[in-house]
Amino acid sequence: MKLHEYQAKVVLARAGIPVPEGRIAATAQEAEDAARAIGAPVAVKAQVHVGGRGKAGGIRIAKSPADARAAASAILGMEIKGLRVEKVYVERAADVRSELYLGITLDRDRRRPVVMLSTVGGMDIEEVAASTPEKIARGWPSPLLGLLPFEARSLVFAAGVPPEQRDAVADIALRLSRVYGETDATLVEINPLFVQTDGSVLAGDAKLEIDDNALFRQPDLAKLREVAKDEEAEERARALGFSFVQLDGDVGIIGNGAGLVMATLDAVRNAGGRAANFLDVGGGAKEAIVRAALEIVLSNPRARSVLINIFGGITRGDEVAKGILDVVERHPPRVPLVVRLSGTQAEAGRRLLEGAPLESRATMDDAAAEAVRLAAAEAAGAEAPRAR
Amino acid sequence: MSVLLGRDTRVIVQGMGREGRFHAQRMKEYGTKVVGGTKPGAGGALIDGLPMFDTVAEAVDETGANASIVFVPAPAAMDALLEAIDAGIDLVIAITEGIPVADMLKVVAVLETAATTLVGPNGPGAITPGESKIGIMPAENFSPGGVGFVSRSGTLTYEIADLLTRAGLGQSTCIGVGGDPVIGLPTPDAVRLLNEDPATEAIVIVGEIGGSAEERAALYMRSEGKKPAVAFIAGRSAPPGKRMGHAGAIVSGSQGTAESKIRAFRDAGIPVADAPSEIPQLVQEALGRS
Repeated sequence: MKLHEYQAKVVLARAGIPVPEGRIAATAQEAEDAARAIGAPVAVKAQVHVGGRGKAGGIRIAKSPADARAAASAILGMEIKGLRVEKVYVERAADVRSELYLGITLDRDRRRPVVMLSTVGGMDIEEVAASTPEKIARGWPSPLLGLLPFEARSLVFAAGVPPEQRDAVADIALRLSRVYGETDATLVEINPLFVQTDGSVLAGDAKLEIDDNALFRQPDLAKLREVAKDEEAEERARALGFSFVQLDGDVGIIGNGAGLVMATLDAVRNAGGRAANFLDVGGGAKEAIVRAALEIVLSNPRARSVLINIFGGITRGDEVAKGILDVVERHPPRVPLVVRLSGTQAEAGRRLLEGAPLESRATMDDAAAEAVRLAAAEAAGAEAPRAR
Repeated sequence: MSVLLGRDTRVIVQGMGREGRFHAQRMKEYGTKVVGGTKPGAGGALIDGLPMFDTVAEAVDETGANASIVFVPAPAAMDALLEAIDAGIDLVIAITEGIPVADMLKVVAVLETAATTLVGPNGPGAITPGESKIGIMPAENFSPGGVGFVSRSGTLTYEIADLLTRAGLGQSTCIGVGGDPVIGLPTPDAVRLLNEDPATEAIVIVGEIGGSAEERAALYMRSEGKKPAVAFIAGRSAPPGKRMGHAGAIVSGSQGTAESKIRAFRDAGIPVADAPSEIPQLVQEALGRS
């Protein structure tokens, strides 16, 4: 779960990391009032869950409250990478001498957190890592101990932080490591970390992403979850215990098990088609589950066929087939259905499906090819009346 | 015995809830030596004929268990895993889904100083067909033989085991390493076990997008491989930045793409199947039996 900058900065400030004074605003008037209260110049910053706001014009410096109003008018309602800006954060503009980078995330290979510090701040750290990896100092604190003071000092020396800022930056790194642990973060990042002309150090931006699996013990942070308009189906699926991702093709996919569903998406691509979604119903495939899954997949108007690929394991293939038959009889779907059963009792399941208003195939490759063919036929059928 | 588990492995079940009880019975039916379970406060009782113990240490003392399967729900799973490690269990298999990453980092840090092998979490477990199954996989799809099999997923593993079995390719040991970003036995380590196992003639590696475990496994096989291998990567058509069900299956930045994994395997001389259905044929060819 991603937090907005203004929310992350509250968390950082509570941990004792210096952040500029700021206020959130949902209207131009509120932005003007905020600028007046804080004192111009201020930065007016779009609050959206994507990177690259600055490049997209989502950050402006305002020299007066009236300027802040104009900046907020321009930014509010703007779309950045498909996300609408609903709020801006107005904060006191820093007096910047230089910009550092400080971040902590998971290093999957080492199975430890990795703390990264660089004097090349303000840029996309992945670009820096790719082009000049030697400019990033890295440390891997023990997950049991967190970052230790000597490790923070080593990082500061290795990164070449100027002597005047060493203590402040090491202190911020230690505090940030505590934030990482205490919030169950998967990423916490200050980029840029400003060095001001008076020598003080200040968090220019803040990114905080929380492990979804840990939200049960982070109730205050869990309340900050925001669901974007295009993620509503994803949210509905999550509530049912499904894992769902909307994609941009026209073959709807339902399957059990993440790996199997990914392989099904790939099979559709191998057959020359494009999947409309990823939907993993988890274990089993009883009637209610198949019905709910179909509803979610078909709520996407782009879906022109649906491929159900279920491996019958503990839930046997014949039971799965009965579940699917119940659904097609009681709630016939608006698009053609292709079903592929495999595993335990799959043959018995396929026999049950004979004669039902759906296509049944024995292999994943055949089923994918049929679903792609049917989606294309539906598309042609949809255009035909207009052609006449 | 193949790797990790065999006829003589003695298993206890941690987390005797609905799922734990169900699979304890399935494992017993398969022939696995399930010797007890832990349920704090229920020590001395019998559940479905299995003796219960208050602690893992007690269960080990009384039954001589050397393996454990963990069904404990995510919020308490770290504690269960640490208890098993503390009791000196050789093989711990964690089925539990949704354990926080921070908890797994701590468990893995403790593992570094212990002799325990942890498989999972968020996987189907492991099976040495015909001998022992410590997991939730449907046994019908597996058969004894010489193909070692490592996979990050559940049903896709069963599907491929089924394909192998139908093609007459039995399996030595099948290890479901789990779909989380931090797991006890990452793919390269599981591949190493099979590479060094005399009962394994060929290795099937089923990976998915996210992380770089497959790349590391490919590098290992390139330098140390003693037997032929075949790979498959799920998620070639997945867009970056979208988590594909498994917490570990996400392409972020330049990390974890299917292309990078496929290239790594090909560079190691390991053929990569375009679809699961191609795997048996590739294994036959790799074994020189085509």
